[in-house]
Amino acid sequence: MSLSVDIRKNLGAFTVDARFDCASGISALFGKSGAGKTSIVQMMAGLIRPQNGRIEIGGETVFDSAKNIDIPVHQRRVGYVFQDARLFPHMSVRRNLDYGRRRRGDETGSSPAFDDVIDVLGIGTLLDRRTHLLSGGERQRVAIGRALLSAPRILLMDEPLASLDAGRKAEIIPFIARIQDQFRLPIVYVSHSVDEVLQLADTMVLLADGGVAAVGPVEDVMNRPDLVRITGTGDAGTVIPARVTDTDAEFGIATLTFAGGDFRVPAAGLETGRRLRLRVRARDVSLALTKPEDVSVLNIFEGTVTSVSNSDRPQTDVSIDVGGAIIWSQITRKSLSELEIAPGKKVFAMVKAVAIDDPVAHP
Amino acid sequence: MFDLSPAEIEAVLLSLKVSLWAVGVSLPLGIATAWLLARLEFPGKTLLDALIHVPLVVPPVVVGYLLLLLLGRNGYLGGWMYETFGITVAFSWQGAAVAAAVMAFPLMVRAIRLSIEAIDTRLEQAAHTLGARPIDVFFSITLPLTGSGIVVGVILAFARALGEFGATITFVSAIPGETTTLPVSLYTLSQIPGEESGAIRLVVLSLIVAFGAMFAAEIIARRVRKRIAGS
Repeated sequence: MSLSVDIRKNLGAFTVDARFDCASGISALFGKSGAGKTSIVQMMAGLIRPQNGRIEIGGETVFDSAKNIDIPVHQRRVGYVFQDARLFPHMSVRRNLDYGRRRRGDETGSSPAFDDVIDVLGIGTLLDRRTHLLSGGERQRVAIGRALLSAPRILLMDEPLASLDAGRKAEIIPFIARIQDQFRLPIVYVSHSVDEVLQLADTMVLLADGGVAAVGPVEDVMNRPDLVRITGTGDAGTVIPARVTDTDAEFGIATLTFAGGDFRVPAAGLETGRRLRLRVRARDVSLALTKPEDVSVLNIFEGTVTSVSNSDRPQTDVSIDVGGAIIWSQITRKSLSELEIAPGKKVFAMVKAVAIDDPVAHP
Repeated sequence: MFDLSPAEIEAVLLSLKVSLWAVGVSLPLGIATAWLLARLEFPGKTLLDALIHVPLVVPPVVVGYLLLLLLGRNGYLGGWMYETFGITVAFSWQGAAVAAAVMAFPLMVRAIRLSIEAIDTRLEQAAHTLGARPIDVFFSITLPLTGSGIVVGVILAFARALGEFGATITFVSAIPGETTTLPVSLYTLSQIPGEESGAIRLVVLSLIVAFGAMFAAEIIARRVRKRIAGS
């Protein structure tokens, strides 16, 4: 199953001009509000029509302005989970779930089993309820189930968590990860939250001003210094995939192994073997030219400087390659000049363990 | 007092028959018109809107007279219908139903239109993405969510039809047993000296029928609203 998008549309205030391909797995359409994320998924679903271009879903061309192809929404077999759930108020939960299944799931025969979907989403006890009695998180889970049962070839999720509070978000994220695991359905996940993307996505399509700024594995896109302006959330930093290899219950320290060595971070309740993504903020990393001894810092890695950003501010960002993983360090220009740090130079990067307070789970 | 004469029973039944037919037959057209006005932009929309509302603003006698010109046996449309199919609605209870339907139509359309306009079209969008064709979406989402508006429209139209007098007597006159609905019978009696007690009986009867009908309508309306609660 693949997805190929190449579309243009003038939306008054700005123009969407986007071209990207996604493989299976979860692809995040990431960008600030107004970047054109929702417009793009609406065009994929057929809810709005691009001026020109081409959209291919799972090998079928659903839109092609040159060949005059424009398959109507109800025949595209695209599951759409809206930010506001959009459950039908005059139907029970069960009838909502059955709506797409009756119309499309049965005829294509490729709809996931009703009981499996109910199980994965944990909505078995809600079936006979009226929709207005559901909580925000429950509504969104029912909406996801309803879309899944309509036998889609792809699931489009348009900021499905944006209207939920932090607690509810944490409640839904594992469900989305499990859907991908169990039903092997490509998911396009629209979001403006770095945290959600890090927890869910494999591929990242970075959008800015209606265009695609970058496409690639989440770590690669997040770790490109030239994209910080768009990916940045105030604190610049890099994303490092790691795995829990040891836990030390006495001190509450977990060992997280990544390409360049072991991170030791304070983390309770992490089980060994779990895969994680660490966010290491540039301002939490300091540099030394010789290996520091007798310091409290637990994480010291030897690496090579790959680039130094040009800055006219007092601070500057240094990018260090640690065994293939990239770590950024924000130091002053004064230090940069005194230590004569330049690309190719060997340095020791020191990361305070307490700085990495919240490793993000990645399924 | 409530030992009804055959003529009185006839008037009640005729009134109910005329009103039910008037509302029943015009309902699908009312829903279609309301949907058209609520959802589509087309040339002549303002004109259509104005035309539908004419019965609300002109005297009912004018509407009755226009119906006579249009649907009378020598009327523009009525003449053709009589020559081609041999049917006519003039001076029959069917004509009374037509007059009642035309007078009640703007009220019905207005109520249904407001209700359609209040529907969140994003729900219809969601239905499309789940594989429903446009006509399917109309019947499974739009129509059920218009339910309370339809009930209100039907009640208003039915009430208006029950009380219809001016257009009816102008268009189909007062033919005993055929077009003598409650209001027409009452008017006829009131024109005859010495028939005051008969007139009073019809007044009371009219009130009972009206209250009964409104009461029944309210019960139905409540049920419908309950069924689509949460919207």
